[in-house]
This record gives sequence, structure tokens and C-alpha cells, in this order.
Amino acid sequence: MTRQSLLDLLSFGPDGWGTVLAWATLTTVLIALSGYAIGAVIGVVGAYAKVSGGRIARSLADAYTTVLRGIPDLLVIYLFYFGGSAVVTWVGRLMGAEGFVGFPGFLAGALAIGITSGAQQTEVLRGGFHAVAKGELEAAKACGMSRSLMARRIVAPLTLRHALPGLGNVWQVVLKESALVSVTGVVELMRQAQIGAGSTRLPFDFYLIAACIFLLISSISGFLFGRSEARLSRGVRRG
Amino acid sequence: MSNAAIATADAPASAASVPALSVRNLHKRFGPVEVLKGISLEAKEGEVISILGSSGSGKSTMLRCINLLEQPDEGVITVSGETIGLVKTKAGSTRPADIAQVERIRSQLGMVFQSFNLWSHKTVIENVVEAPIHVQKRARAECMDEAEALLAKVGIADKRNHYPSQLSGGQQQRAAIARALAMRPKVMLFDEPTSALDPELVGEVLRVMRGLAEEGRTMLVVTHEMGFARDVSSRVIFLHKGAIEAEGTPHDLFTNAASERFRQFISKA
Repeated sequence: MTRQSLLDLLSFGPDGWGTVLAWATLTTVLIALSGYAIGAVIGVVGAYAKVSGGRIARSLADAYTTVLRGIPDLLVIYLFYFGGSAVVTWVGRLMGAEGFVGFPGFLAGALAIGITSGAQQTEVLRGGFHAVAKGELEAAKACGMSRSLMARRIVAPLTLRHALPGLGNVWQVVLKESALVSVTGVVELMRQAQIGAGSTRLPFDFYLIAACIFLLISSISGFLFGRSEARLSRGVRRG
Repeated sequence: MSNAAIATADAPASAASVPALSVRNLHKRFGPVEVLKGISLEAKEGEVISILGSSGSGKSTMLRCINLLEQPDEGVITVSGETIGLVKTKAGSTRPADIAQVERIRSQLGMVFQSFNLWSHKTVIENVVEAPIHVQKRARAECMDEAEALLAKVGIADKRNHYPSQLSGGQQQRAAIARALAMRPKVMLFDEPTSALDPELVGEVLRVMRGLAEEGRTMLVVTHEMGFARDVSSRVIFLHKGAIEAEGTPHDLFTNAASERFRQFISKA
């Protein structure tokens, strides 16, 4: 086999890896997006519990963020994958199936990332809420806004304004974490690079390509976060 | 509620006899400190009441208890004949019986804060139309027209599309007054509206407030501005350590107050 150039590797033809790499990139983005979205839902609920929940809700949220931020993400993915598989196997056995049934790796990965990033997003949103000037909330209350109206019209946009830089960081972490999901056999960018590296014996080329794609995704998302930040910060005095 | 009570509340003829605002026996404690020790006051339609007192006398707390930004421990608050339902808690304080009622009454009390508290993510005009559109559910076009008129009235029509951070303190406070007026409130509550302003900006805010008083608006004004209290208000209340120490028309109070403390207070101001 002749040594292929980097560009040949990337071609979309029958000998190129372009198509599979594109699919792998899409999978990476989808895992990261679903994980981030799950984390966002958890983050909103968690931050709400911490900010204005009762004693029990607050302790639960505190326990959640403390535990999840103290466990390696890889371990959480394993717990979800094997824990999920154990449950699925058990259910399968009840329904008459034999042997080990695997839990879908994509789902396990998205859930694991969702739950870890949820802990981070909880803290970021909580911090964002506390940065909102209390007087602006009081003004909303004073003109007769209900709690839900106030949450929608005043609290959410102001909290998001303060939380957005932190949420951008969480997204970058989630994007990189998605590579860990490769351990469950999901063919995302990292796993695809490993496969390519193994079958062509050009590990450096493949990992370099993967690195560039990761960099591309994070630059694009960084740009988008920057744009939204500018949008939400209208009215903020600078310098 | 009996039919008779409803008839009284609705009958326009009785509007003159029903005070715009009445507060009876207001108590408030912060931990062991009793900040308000049973305050009662009444504002008739069109009255402008200035509330004076040294810091810590409880005047801001009193104002904030009226629209329940602070929860009073005891007391009866009535706005245009409607009493805010309060129930006793086990801890010896109160809580609203019906939060929807409190929200409705708050929307009838226009509050102006010492630190303006404009919503920083909204432009001036968005600040003004926010509550009329979303709390009172009035038509957007109508609210926009009214907001334009109010901004012109407080003299910042040209700043309608500016964000609060782009305005001076005096302009921000005038925007905040327009925001409160946009709710067509029955009573305006001013909580030290000029205390956070640079001296040269106090005048423009006081001028606006004086205009409102001349229009016959019912106003409760917590202030340190002796000139405003003396020249504009119909009645002055002097608070000392959480109780009303002196009360009367500005003329009576400023020329021959019976209270030695009030005389000391104005001589220092």
C-alpha cells in the first residue's frame, strides 16, 4: 500500500475517509448537543432549586453538584453504559431474552454528559442569577409581575447575560468530553480516528485530522457564543 | 363579601370619602429590632404626603411594607377601599392570603426607588411599556403611545431608545417615574427618589415630582428634601424610631412644631 497524502485521506471517494469522518463529526456534534441540552434542563432545574427551592430541594441540588463534580467523567460514562446495560439485560431476561443486552452507547453517552454538564450548568446559572441586581427584581415585583412572568421577562434574560460566558466554557468542555463516549463503541470523531489510524497505520495523520475538526467545531461555536453574548449584553456599560 | 361592601367599593360617588391609601397599626421587626411600632396613616385622593425622619427611623421600611416588598408583621393596608388580605403565620408575622391580590394591588401602586432599578436589558421605552403590556395586558400600540407621552412629560422623549446605562442618574430616575406612571397607579410611592443623585441632578427630578403633585396625584414621598416637603406636600409626617413623632401641614410643622425632636431634625437639615 502506498502512503496516502493527507488530502487523499480526506477525499470523499471510495478510497477516502471523507464520508465516514463527516458522519463521525456529525455524531460528535449530536452527542455534544444532546448532552448539553440535557445538562441545560438539569441546570435550570438545579439552579432554581438552589436559588429559591425549599430546604430539601436545596440539599438535593447541593448533593448532586458536589457528587457529580467529584467523579471523573469517564467513570460516569461507564456507570451509565454498564448500569444501563444491566437494567436492559434484566428487563430483557424478564421478557424471555437470553444473555447480555447492550445499552445504546449514544444514549448512555448523552445521558452521562448531560448529567455531568448539568452539574456545571447548575453552578454557572446560579452564579449568573446572583449577579443580577436585586433592585431590578424588586422593580418587577413592585409593578405587580407574577413569579412566572418575572422569571420569563426579567430573571431569565438577566441571568443568561451573566451566565453566558460560563455556559460557553461548559460547552467547550462538553465537546471535548464527547470524545470519551468512544469507549462505549459509538463511532464519533475520536473512535473514527482510532479506526482510521488502525487500518491505515497512519495514526498521526488521523489524530491530526480529528484535532483539526475538533478545533473547527469549537471555533465556530465560540464565534456563535460571542455573538449571543454581544446580543444579550446590550445595555451593559463597558469599561 | 356582602353586597353592601361591593356597592361601597364600586360607587364613584363615595370615591371622595374612601381614602386612596390607608395604613393602620403597621408593625415590622427585623430580628430583635422593632423597626415600625404601629404606624397609621391615611392618604386622601390627591394628597401629597412627605415622610421625613433620620436614617433608621423606619421610613423606607414603612413605604416598602405598603406594597409588601417587606412583609409587615402586623397591620391593615387598604388601597382604594380594598384591604390586602394577610394571614398570621406561626412565627408571629404575616403572609399574603392571596398572592394574586397582592400582585394586583402592587400594580396600582407606582413605586419609584432610590437606585432607579430600571431593567438594564431593556431600552427606556421598553422599560415603560413592559408592565402595562405584560401585567395589565393592554394593547401594545396604546401602551407605546402613552409611553411616548409620558417620556415627553418627564422630558426624556429623545432618550426613548437608549439603555439605562447610557443615561445620567436624573434621566434614569425620570424614566423610572414614567415607568411607574405607565401603570396608571392610584398612589405613587417614592422611596428617597433623589438620594442617589448628584446634587446638580436633584432639581430635574424634583421638578417632575412637583408637576405630578400639581396634577393632583396621590403621592407618598420618603425624602430628605426639606424644600419639597415644605413647598409641595399637603401633609408632612415625621418618623422617629419607628413611630410617628409629628404630623401636620407643612406650614404648621415647619413654623411651630410641638415636637422638640422635629425642630432639632429640621435645624440640622
